[in-house]
Amino acid sequence: MTALLEVSGVSVSFDGFRAINNLSLTIAEPELRAVIGPNGAGKTTFMDIITGKTRPDSGRILWGEKSVSLIGMSESAIARIGIGRKFQRPTVFQTQTVRDNLAMALKGRRGPREVLFHRATADEAARINAISAEIGLADSLPRIAGELSHGQKQWLEIGMLLAQDPRLLLVDEPAAGMTPAERAHTTDILRRAARTRAVIVVEHDMDFVRRLDCRVTVLHEGAVLAEGSLDHVTRNRDVIDVYLGR
Amino acid sequence: MRRSLVATHPSVLWFLLALALVTLGVTGLAEAGLISTSFVKTLGKTLCLALVAVAMDVVWGYCGILSLGHLAFFGIGGYAIGMWLMYVRTEEIVAVSLAAEALPPTPQEIRDAIGTQIFGVVGSSDFPWIWSFADRAWLQFPMIVIVPGLLALVFGWLAFRSRVTGVYLSILTQAMTLALSLHLFQNDSGLRGNNGLSGLQNIPGLDGIGQDRISIWFFWASAAALAAGYVFFAWIVSGRMGSVIRAIRDDEARVRFLGYHVESYKLFVFTVTAMVAGLAGALYFPQAGIINPAEVAPIASVYLAVWVAIGGRGRLYGAVIGAVFVSLLSSWFTGGGAPSVSLGVYTIHWTEWWLVLLGLSFVAVTLFAPKGIGGLFDRIAPRPVADRQGDYGPDAGAWRREEGEP
Ligand SMILES: Nc1ncnc2c1ncn2[C@@H]1O[C@H](COP(=O)(O)OP(=O)(O)OP(=O)(O)O)[C@@H](O)[C@H]1O
Ligand SMILES: [Mg+2]
Repeated sequence: MTALLEVSGVSVSFDGFRAINNLSLTIAEPELRAVIGPNGAGKTTFMDIITGKTRPDSGRILWGEKSVSLIGMSESAIARIGIGRKFQRPTVFQTQTVRDNLAMALKGRRGPREVLFHRATADEAARINAISAEIGLADSLPRIAGELSHGQKQWLEIGMLLAQDPRLLLVDEPAAGMTPAERAHTTDILRRAARTRAVIVVEHDMDFVRRLDCRVTVLHEGAVLAEGSLDHVTRNRDVIDVYLGR
Repeated sequence: MRRSLVATHPSVLWFLLALALVTLGVTGLAEAGLISTSFVKTLGKTLCLALVAVAMDVVWGYCGILSLGHLAFFGIGGYAIGMWLMYVRTEEIVAVSLAAEALPPTPQEIRDAIGTQIFGVVGSSDFPWIWSFADRAWLQFPMIVIVPGLLALVFGWLAFRSRVTGVYLSILTQAMTLALSLHLFQNDSGLRGNNGLSGLQNIPGLDGIGQDRISIWFFWASAAALAAGYVFFAWIVSGRMGSVIRAIRDDEARVRFLGYHVESYKLFVFTVTAMVAGLAGALYFPQAGIINPAEVAPIASVYLAVWVAIGGRGRLYGAVIGAVFVSLLSSWFTGGGAPSVSLGVYTIHWTEWWLVLLGLSFVAVTLFAPKGIGGLFDRIAPRPVADRQGDYGPDAGAWRREEGEP
């Protein structure tokens, strides 16, 4: 296990409000990591910073074997080096089919010229079929994504994440609004993905996190409050005070 | 693997068929003398407007960039061809008049005489540098697409790079258009100020041939350009490129997180459509006979957006329908074709009231039929509605929408 992503001493303020406060976190490859914390703890902002959406005021973010700094890179460049993201509210392209959504996410050349002259290959079709089977949308490939239910959109977005074949997956509240059975399925997908990749999952639902059965980081007011196994952090006095005890 | 364009987009075939029928019909009617030469020209010009509308639809309806400057690119294309037409035509005239002189004229004398002829109206006789290529077709013709393309590339690069979007971008494109037309209005712009370029209907080398013939040729050329442009854009907006472009329209931030460099894609679409607009202009203005800076005024580009909105954006044939329908109706109303309506106390003269009617129709379409006229085709082949607002999960027991609200 080597460190894939190393976040150290990162801070960011919005109009004087410190959303992320001297945050440090390291993730290896492969690894599954759950990030929990109360509303407004900065979990989504943390993902925004890694993916280049928000620029930190200070700190370092290093990526990969060569320790490339991600700060200052564009969102698309960060995505291309292997960081994929699922948003808190499912954001799929509602006017396009499930197949087109997945096809757009498929790993491949991203330049306008390659895309313009791109021809779908049997290999790609096979990958799309495999992913759609994994996310339970095999029968829905020709459907318009906007017709899908909320839970199906969540899965489609997870499918798009898998299609990108990233080294690091950032997954923001994947199970929101799902039935227990759907949640179990989602856990399986994430755990399978984490066999070969680094996966960071933000989730509020404790049962969900327990089923992930992985190392847990608790965020509070933009900083790491505790880190360790779920049992370890749930016994932590501070964690009980700010999060569990409420 | 990939099915042909026509198989995946049957509307392309229908469109080409309809266009071919119209072309044949108009040719027949013109040959039989049933429609006038000027009406053939109007129809030919309308096809050019349809082509620029298709380009507008790609940039706005598909890529979500509400450019209010594409008719400026159209005008630049017109100026580019106009310079050549005017130069060569004047050269012919000057050659004839100088041939009567005792001494044969030197090349410099000929050039000076042409300059005096062309720029006399703005009190000058020197050729500005932008006319450097005007005497050679093989150099000047590429300018029809190169100049609009370069302008779009530079403007787009500056605007997209700074992530200017939405209404701010539209305002910027209007500012560009305004600057261009103000520049052209000046006498020292080198393009004859508000006189513009005229006599463009006279095609060099075709002296013995009447306008009735030439008008039909231009009509065919316009139809061919529209057909080619339509197929070209249908190809661009289909396939993976089309997917990415529409995705950018719907949620450009999300597209970035998929690893696509959104700015490059926008720049590609903006530039390519500008080049096609230039081409459409180069076919339009010889049929109009004259181009002046009023043609590139900001309002013209706004009309273009109105046509596309009325026709139905996000579908190429919608743009064509909008441009054809509105521009023909407009020339009927403003050309005095529509009878005045007497209300007793007040008489509605359509030449004055047409714009009001157009404005009201635009508002009505926006409010009551956002899909435009093209939306009527959905009654024949319904498109699925892409917005589900019901329950969250797929199964029984999944959350209801109300439960999920934060
Ligand atoms: N762009 C922004 N501008 C101003 N404030 C912001 C911005 N983004 C986030 N914040 C603030 O930063 C804090 C952290 O927000 P964030 O969305 O990261 O929380 P979270 O842990 O994801 O919460 P939740 O569990 O509700 O999703 C919040 O107080 C939020 O209001
Ligand atoms: Mg959040």
